[in-house]
Amino acid sequence: MDLTYTEEEEAFRAGLRGWLATALPQLPPRPDPLDWPARRAYDTTWQRMLYGAGYAGLHWPEAAGGRGATPTQHLIYLEETEKAGAPYVGANFVGLLHAGPTIAAEGTPGQRARWLPPVLRGDEIWCQGFSEPDAGSDLAALRTRAVRDGDDYVVSGSKIWTSHAEVADWCELLVRTDPDAPKHRGITWLALPMDAPGITVRPLRTLAGSAEFAEVFLDEVRVPVANRVGAENDGWRVTMVTLSFERGTAFVGEVVACRRTLAELAKTAQANGSWDDDALRRQLGRLNAEFTALWRLTQWNVSAAQRGGGVPGVGGSVFKLRYSHARQELFDTAARVLGPDALDLGRDLTLDRLSSLSYTIAAGTSQIQRNIVAERILGLPKGR
Amino acid sequence: MDFQLTSDQRALKAGMRELLAARFGRDALRAAVDRPELDRTLWRALGEAGFFALRLPESEGGVGLGLPEAVLLFEEAGRALLPGPLVASHLAAGAVKGAAGGETVVTRVDGGLVGWLAEADHVQGDASGATPLRSVDPLTPLHRTGGRRTTGDPEAVLLAAAEQLGSAARSTELAVQHAQEREQFGRPVGSFQAVKHLCADMLVRTEVARAAVYAAAVTGDAEEIAGAKLLADEAAVRGARDCLQVHGGMGFTWEADVHLHLKRAWVRAEQWQSAKEACEVLAAAL
Repeated sequence: MDLTYTEEEEAFRAGLRGWLATALPQLPPRPDPLDWPARRAYDTTWQRMLYGAGYAGLHWPEAAGGRGATPTQHLIYLEETEKAGAPYVGANFVGLLHAGPTIAAEGTPGQRARWLPPVLRGDEIWCQGFSEPDAGSDLAALRTRAVRDGDDYVVSGSKIWTSHAEVADWCELLVRTDPDAPKHRGITWLALPMDAPGITVRPLRTLAGSAEFAEVFLDEVRVPVANRVGAENDGWRVTMVTLSFERGTAFVGEVVACRRTLAELAKTAQANGSWDDDALRRQLGRLNAEFTALWRLTQWNVSAAQRGGGVPGVGGSVFKLRYSHARQELFDTAARVLGPDALDLGRDLTLDRLSSLSYTIAAGTSQIQRNIVAERILGLPKGR
Repeated sequence: MDFQLTSDQRALKAGMRELLAARFGRDALRAAVDRPELDRTLWRALGEAGFFALRLPESEGGVGLGLPEAVLLFEEAGRALLPGPLVASHLAAGAVKGAAGGETVVTRVDGGLVGWLAEADHVQGDASGATPLRSVDPLTPLHRTGGRRTTGDPEAVLLAAAEQLGSAARSTELAVQHAQEREQFGRPVGSFQAVKHLCADMLVRTEVARAAVYAAAVTGDAEEIAGAKLLADEAAVRGARDCLQVHGGMGFTWEADVHLHLKRAWVRAEQWQSAKEACEVLAAAL
């Protein structure tokens, strides 16, 4: 068990820090969170800067145009960019972290050449069309239909919880191509051009008041068969190739940020007197243990990925279960420290508290994650 | 960075598990419950295996290994519910004659409590006026003393945390095993989500505690050790509670081992550094 970084890893860190110190001052000011075109422009500007410096697609394989970095280098990248206050992937999220890797793994050479370089350069933005109003936790129950007509599929249905749909160029879309097959075996993965006729995007206002997500309605939208990645009806497997293996790095930046928030919270508590409340002070101490352990668990998972080439997604379930609840506890504790000020939407901590409520729901609810842990790690029988 | 066990560390851990399976299996555990005396033959066998002398330099007859390796052995000890003043005797190796080899059993007064006082050959700290109490844990005789703990010894805290980790992992296994075998309503109770989710949460607490305990062993940092103890205490106590619940009525019997894990976890949660003390250390570090 070794927690020290190698000379090579430290050299990578030093190079990155040096570049961040010169690059970040050149970034324009952060855009208004409600101005989608401005957000896209900001996020793609950052992506272009990363591309120019050779950091784009750090964790992608070299054959896909990435740098083929190790999981540990990726951890260092995420840690250092967060500490330096650099932007996260933002609108590039789906392209860099899901659609891109899926195309890299399952696409033809022509598909890789068409779609991957624009993602790395920040020229094109992807969104994700997976969930539907009646297909949430039971994603494989999705009903958006695609019917073959010559060289096209004709797609009708609706998708929900699609981030960045307003400004995306492409959507990685799961559709049902065989309604008679068992539900996992009739699904196909398509790249949907977001400017195709028949697409309506409606912003979805969340309880935080903002419109981070959208609903996407598809009315006989024509998608070329050439936009299909993988075989017809093999889309579930194509999607899971990327979803079921990760490198333990999904929440690195967020854990770094939570630890900083906790330290700031302690200072606030000392300044406003709530530090003298034994229960509250000890709760802050408990959260210190919690987030330190989550950082160590991240290093543990990343090291496992480095040794074995990937962490099965089930290891990610253990982390996600604990982290999503810890994040909610952090912002609930912040509210106790702030007292009446916690009711002020003008404070970042109030907005963070509201957005933390999605963490135990998005990307697999805590209940689904517990099923995964119980069945796939502990070997308990499937059931209800 | 390579935060995973080395092959030597895996072998050491497996060797300890084999030794304990052979020398302190379930029959021995239940015999010890019926007749709680310190098994000196076993104590010397632990000494010969290097359990106490693990961290002494080879030039002094030790094994020359470090805290991470000690933590792996103590995890196995906790898993097997191995009784005796293990932490005090391990820490006394090299300082008290005979402790390293397992000839001398050493205990230590800690926070108003001292374990195995009547059985120990050597007592560290002031045990004058100690009065016996009827220990909740049948495998840990306890005395109350007048003193109060000022600061916890980080190494003792860490080794106790490692025992809690082993106990938490074992409780998880026992719960899963029972949930797979026990049938009600015509199917294994582990097929019900209400039971499944208890088991999943046990594993999550155990694995988070594992990362915390192992990392604290590598860094040796007192604040990180406090965090490890806090999380391992929770994993062990809540794990045993949930294991008891999964066992249903059987879990409330003397015959099932579940209560032995719970009671020992309660004792260890009070030893060396309590949750309150750990939280204060962790708050002060912010």
